[in-house]
Amino acid sequence: MLAELKKAMLVAVWFMFLTLPILVVKVNPIEQKVVWRWANLALVGLAAFVLTLAGRYYGRHKTELAKYWPEFHPLLAHPALKRFFLAIIALLAALFPLFFSSYQINIMTTALMYAVLGLGLNIVVGLAGLLDLGYVAFYAVGAYSYALLNYHFGLGFWAALPIGGLLAAMFGIALGFPVLRLRGDYLAIVTLGFGEIIRLILENWNDFSFGPSGIAGIPRPGFFGMTLSVDNAICYLYYLVLLLGLLTIFVVNRLRDSRIGRAWIALREDEIACQAMGIDKTRTKLTAFALGASWAGMVGVLFAAKTTFINPASFTFLESAIILAIVVLGGMGSTVGVVIGALVFILLPEYLRAFADYRMLLFGMIMVGVMVFRPQGIIGTSRRRSYPLPDMDLGKEAGHD
Amino acid sequence: MDYFLELFFSGLTRGSIYALIALGYTMVYGIIGLINFAHGEIYMIGAFTALICASVLTVWGLPPLAVLVLSALAAMIWSAAYGFTVERIAYRPLRHAPRLSPLISAIGMSIFLQNYVLLAQSADFVPFPALIPDFAWLAPYRSIIGSSDLVILLTTTVVMILLTLLIKGTKIGKAMRATSQDKQMALLLGIDVNFVISATFVLGSALAAIGGVLIASHIGQINFAIGFLAGIKAFTAAVLGGIGSVPGAVLGSLLLGWTESFATGYISSDYEDVFAFALLVLILIFRPAGILGRRHNQKV
Amino acid sequence: MARKFQFLSGVVLFAALFAGKVNFATAAEPIRLGVAGAHSGDLASYGLPSLNAARLVVKEINAKGGVLGRQIEILAEDDVCKPEIATNTATKLISEKADIVMGHICSGATKAALGIYKDAKLIVVSPSATNPELTQSGKYPNFFRTIAADDAQARQEVDFAVKVLHLKRLAVIHDKGDYGKGLAEFAKEFIEKSGAAEVVLYEGVTPGAVDYSAIVQKIKRADADGVIFGGYHPEASKVVSQMRKKGMQTVFISDDGVKDDTFIKVAGPNAEGVYASGPKDTSKNPLTKAAILAHQTEYGSEPGAFFLNAYAATLAIVNAIDKAGSTDFEAVTKALRQQAVDTPLGSIRFDERGDAIGVGFSMYVVRGGAYQEVL
Repeated sequence: MLAELKKAMLVAVWFMFLTLPILVVKVNPIEQKVVWRWANLALVGLAAFVLTLAGRYYGRHKTELAKYWPEFHPLLAHPALKRFFLAIIALLAALFPLFFSSYQINIMTTALMYAVLGLGLNIVVGLAGLLDLGYVAFYAVGAYSYALLNYHFGLGFWAALPIGGLLAAMFGIALGFPVLRLRGDYLAIVTLGFGEIIRLILENWNDFSFGPSGIAGIPRPGFFGMTLSVDNAICYLYYLVLLLGLLTIFVVNRLRDSRIGRAWIALREDEIACQAMGIDKTRTKLTAFALGASWAGMVGVLFAAKTTFINPASFTFLESAIILAIVVLGGMGSTVGVVIGALVFILLPEYLRAFADYRMLLFGMIMVGVMVFRPQGIIGTSRRRSYPLPDMDLGKEAGHD
Repeated sequence: MDYFLELFFSGLTRGSIYALIALGYTMVYGIIGLINFAHGEIYMIGAFTALICASVLTVWGLPPLAVLVLSALAAMIWSAAYGFTVERIAYRPLRHAPRLSPLISAIGMSIFLQNYVLLAQSADFVPFPALIPDFAWLAPYRSIIGSSDLVILLTTTVVMILLTLLIKGTKIGKAMRATSQDKQMALLLGIDVNFVISATFVLGSALAAIGGVLIASHIGQINFAIGFLAGIKAFTAAVLGGIGSVPGAVLGSLLLGWTESFATGYISSDYEDVFAFALLVLILIFRPAGILGRRHNQKV
Repeated sequence: MARKFQFLSGVVLFAALFAGKVNFATAAEPIRLGVAGAHSGDLASYGLPSLNAARLVVKEINAKGGVLGRQIEILAEDDVCKPEIATNTATKLISEKADIVMGHICSGATKAALGIYKDAKLIVVSPSATNPELTQSGKYPNFFRTIAADDAQARQEVDFAVKVLHLKRLAVIHDKGDYGKGLAEFAKEFIEKSGAAEVVLYEGVTPGAVDYSAIVQKIKRADADGVIFGGYHPEASKVVSQMRKKGMQTVFISDDGVKDDTFIKVAGPNAEGVYASGPKDTSKNPLTKAAILAHQTEYGSEPGAFFLNAYAATLAIVNAIDKAGSTDFEAVTKALRQQAVDTPLGSIRFDERGDAIGVGFSMYVVRGGAYQEVL
């Protein structure tokens, strides 16, 4: 016991030292004033002490405590139970708008949109194992294609939706070609670069994209030709996104068990073996990018229709990071996990609004926390557990063929 | 010619700052294969620590040179501490996790640190006291290179030399190289891999802190968001040069700095970042491992 | 016995709670004033003073019995100056049954939210959204503002540069943001139209970049005798500092994003001689003095950016509702256009398009560490 206390004491002292400059000292260089906030130091020390004790307790009793975290997979495996849950969820989803205000429907719509984005990224990252950090670029392509087509040619929502998806898919292929030979983290940084390039072009090429002022007055989707009031339109959009979400889940599930899906999984597991088996790597990779991108494109069109105003600031790297976080936190490769991840990620900051300033701080902390305590995501897929993962091999940094 | 020289030196300045940050990225990646997204924030924390220390010392009345040196030291110490802590909390538990998990953890850490500084200090830009004196003998060349530019260049060069000596000459350097080549083997040979990894983080963070102090006195003001852009650029530079390679990081950073500088000077500043990323894409198409990257044939 | 007593007291408490509720219900419905803007994040320093202004005005009015016998209730919503969050904020305010909105702060956010407000027939009065399109396009009949638009500001700056300072070669720089770039575009247009000066450089700086010497060198190479900068004070102070460090004496003219004491504090000695346009100086106005005093008393500090504009906006709203006799859209819009109201900015009313008549810009220069009005 004493040893534990001593350890916790040391950790507390360490954290007090660590946070000393930034948390304790508040300088005003302009007026040459220095404020010492010792109370903060005491708080940090106390918090660190308590958390260390708690953490070490958890570490020691991890396996016992793990029993309390429900294992979702057996639940989902049972067919009758699964159908029951699905029915309940479907009912809740369908009736949601009747019980909640426009504002909350709006938030839920956003969450569902991110869920679809997550599912799209899941194809690229989860199924095909291609780390894409620039996914937001396709999202932007979809949104801007609707905005611009509408501005120049008066194209309506329903016409723009497939076009947005198609254009995004083309960009996906355009991104795919140069990166065919890249692996792992090289692929990641290049895709990140692509995402940034798209955003910068949108921001600076005023003549084309209207630059940072963005494009306003984008019409909402029409209901059989009629325009709806704001409240009704929000409700309508919710159902549209819900439908798109269901479609996406259906398509992804079918894809997963199709030839191309198996090819993706093979690609993810071992690229060379995959090639040795006669799978066309190029086609597989490009299809992954294209398909993943097309989903982002469609959601982009919806986004433009929902907010009626877009500008490049909505398509930063942070967005890509959030979508990736949704995929990983939910549990890579798992559809249910992605949806739950999206709901958690988007709804949580909204309800954390009560904490106002501390919102993003908690957000970051939760991200780290979930990863540390449950690296396989909230719903870790059990498929991979049948064999131990090889340790990250550091000799191989980047491969090429 | 004058204009070219100006742009050359301005690119050199940028490149030096990127290099100091990029080294941290490349060393950490070389050793545990992780893109440490929180590294940019360590740079920012270094800048803030230096600012806080400098302000306090100035109020206490110490001479500027002492203030500068002590602030730089303080920045290095605290950044190293943060780097060490971040590794212990966010990355060590995930050593054996699926490879995307530490990445998300890193991104989460980055968001956390940014907001931590934002809340603890201020959202506004905070001015940094002018500690680097204007060298009188440099005055005629003021338009090409200023005193803070010179200090940046000199400091970076000295740091590079020291770092190379450390990696090539000392025991810990050897241990670092061994661990980055083959972690399993290093373990078998009796190297305390955990210690080496921590040391790498500490070293990388200290370097980033130096970068933070230099940029703070060069630009004159800092805020909680400076880590993000600098981090992405530095990481791009590290990949450009071949991630995992120390000279590669420096080369990549200089190239990036010059590209941005010349692109701004001769073409347009609107697309300076686009040029930087386009350069990256081009190089990686033709040399997928980066310029000085080790090309490893993957064994089946 | 004790149990019975407990039960009774419980019932009494419960009833008291309800009685309180009932009381509220029988009183007049409050007028809900939505105050939207950046209340957190890096642009909070532009949004918080407006919130303070609204609170001060409402406190004073409520103490006098409210408007039309109804108390005013403030619904403060944070949009962090981001357009997509602003649309959420707008939806939230509408669902909370706001009667009228004072905000938003940033032009981009305002533009995003206006469409939603328009459909819901909500009047929006902004103290700081200066994008000209908001009133000049005619698309938003529900929008008013108590600050002059960006083109007026740009014109002011260009006229000053060309006619007063007689500058011939102007470099127009912006911070690639919506506000800064918009201003820069107008400035460029006006310079070219004036024929008396030429635009030797038109560039943007990347906010948050590691070094600005490249752009400064470009300015030098273009041999500009003046720089017109569109954007906010962080970037402006960085560019000016680098310029002065390189020994360039180029005149630096900027906008109301820079006419902020923070600019002087951060740029230090390099801020001397910098020109900036800002709302006309009304510090002699007794209402202004009273408003600033109220802020100092309540919050213990000097008010920040757009405080007086927001104060004026809130006063205008209250006055219009009072004169209109209701919060009906048509009536209040008519009142805003026809009824002048005394504010810290002077006596103002709004024109057909929503701009305030009686609010203009003037030029300031930094002398001895503080801004002084020039014209």
